[in-house]
Amino acid sequence: MMERLFAMRSRVGAESAETPRDEHAATHLRRRRFVQNVAFGLMWLAGLVGVVVLVAVVGYVLWSGGSVINWEFLTTPPRGGLAGEGGISTTIVTTLYLVGLTLAIATPLGVGAGIYLVEYAGEMESRSRFVRWLVIVARFGVETLAGVPSIVFGLFGYALFVVAMQFGFSLMAAALAGASLILPVIIRTTEEALKAVPRSYREGSLALGATKWQTIWQVVLPAAGPGIITGVVLGVGRVISETAVFYVTLGGSASVPTSLLEGGRTMALHVYYLAMDTRAFDRSMGTGAILVLVIVVINATINIMSRRYMKRMMGNV
Amino acid sequence: MSDHEGAPEIMLETRGYDLYYDGFQALKDVSIAIAARRVTAIIGPSGCGKSSFLRTFNRMNDLIPGTRVEGEILMGGRSIYERDVVELRRLVGMVFQKPNPFPKSIYDNVAYGPRVNGVRDKGKLSEIVETSLRDAALWDEVKDDLNRSAMSLSGGQQQRLCIARALAVEPQVILMDEPASALDPIATLKIEELIRELKAKYTIVIVTHNMQQASRVSDDTAFFLTDESRCGMLVEYGLTRRIFTQPEDQRTEDYITGRFG
Repeated sequence: MMERLFAMRSRVGAESAETPRDEHAATHLRRRRFVQNVAFGLMWLAGLVGVVVLVAVVGYVLWSGGSVINWEFLTTPPRGGLAGEGGISTTIVTTLYLVGLTLAIATPLGVGAGIYLVEYAGEMESRSRFVRWLVIVARFGVETLAGVPSIVFGLFGYALFVVAMQFGFSLMAAALAGASLILPVIIRTTEEALKAVPRSYREGSLALGATKWQTIWQVVLPAAGPGIITGVVLGVGRVISETAVFYVTLGGSASVPTSLLEGGRTMALHVYYLAMDTRAFDRSMGTGAILVLVIVVINATINIMSRRYMKRMMGNV
Repeated sequence: MSDHEGAPEIMLETRGYDLYYDGFQALKDVSIAIAARRVTAIIGPSGCGKSSFLRTFNRMNDLIPGTRVEGEILMGGRSIYERDVVELRRLVGMVFQKPNPFPKSIYDNVAYGPRVNGVRDKGKLSEIVETSLRDAALWDEVKDDLNRSAMSLSGGQQQRLCIARALAVEPQVILMDEPASALDPIATLKIEELIRELKAKYTIVIVTHNMQQASRVSDDTAFFLTDESRCGMLVEYGLTRRIFTQPEDQRTEDYITGRFG
């Protein structure tokens, strides 16, 4: 080891003089620099294109829908009819109801399943062939579900919740179908977030005489919190922007549902109805613009909150 | 095997202890009696099973699927398997190689152990936090801002915080798995000083790669080595002073004089 170090040092000393080898190294370095500049340039371009596309989409929606947005638009219910007049107030409320109810169903189930798969199943897998088999099937199922088109979830929800369970077109049926849709996302992100928590945290907690559940609840989950919340937020975005699933489970009533068994219309559905069934394309775009704004605001809020949380936990990161 | 005069109080003991990982034997026939309120160092080359042996006493090896243990492991004369594993781990604390504070405040790190073990009273918790931090020689450096994140401390401070965290649940034994190997020399000296102070109240077992460290901090030393089939075993065990000056086994002498390892 030491000998090699000395050998290296003496070589460095020998090369400080100008030699043909230096010249070669210099050309070579110029070429490497050039390659680096090209690579960075391309990546810079790729990033730029991404931003431009985003700005273009949001900008176009705001520009073409912005003219109809005013206080009245936000605070009056849709009037219906071919002209598509009226505002979007009830669809905002219905969207909030649906997001809340869907999350109330999907979050405990999804986070619970993620915890089971990461924290418990692994340990039991080595003991029981049945559990190992079950986990493989569950993981495969989650991955497959994540790739199933949303209209299939809609038809499933329609057949099971609307018809078979007789919920009708209702908040309940829509929330259950929506929960099925976002469950795979929440399970996957929960799994990833839990796996990213260092083993040393778990060992440190267990070594203090904490039970496994105390360890999970008080150390692992808080550390995985930001990651899990990301999954939930992705779910929120999914529910807000989803149309296919709710088209066949929530119905299209323009009034606010007053019970779990009443249907309604989310903002995204409203965009669809206005665009397909009325002449009010500008109002459709206006609703879309509000939809985009809502998602931007939610993402920004969660980002800021999660950054503050991380800072409190990790010090000045 | 023992160099002790009289009969010291024995805290931990193994008899004919074997450890297997998925059928591979990692340690064989280890019989050792570790005295209470002394510092026992476990030394030996990498891969000789020192850490695995240490993790036997708080059953941390249980967390690795496929481990199997044979022979007797006693604490205070009772098999460690007679106790609930959660209670065992409260009594046998552990400090890890890499400082592993939780991503919580300094206060919450130290209060974590007492809390999970049922201490709810705020005054009592604060008292435990202060005493533990004082005993771990960290109090003066952090007392002004206990709500700071533990992650913002230096490596040496983090390790002392982990020691304070272990002390807070009033263990009888503290296992240390190369506690200073990730630290700079000054932080290392602080940890070593701390270990010498802590032995007044606690039984300390420390795994170390560093033979100077073993000779500086420990009263007793156990030397482990692997045989031809990569299986670890105890070669020699006795007073540190004697092991480092007049080892009985040729292999111990070769190791401590730096001929291998």
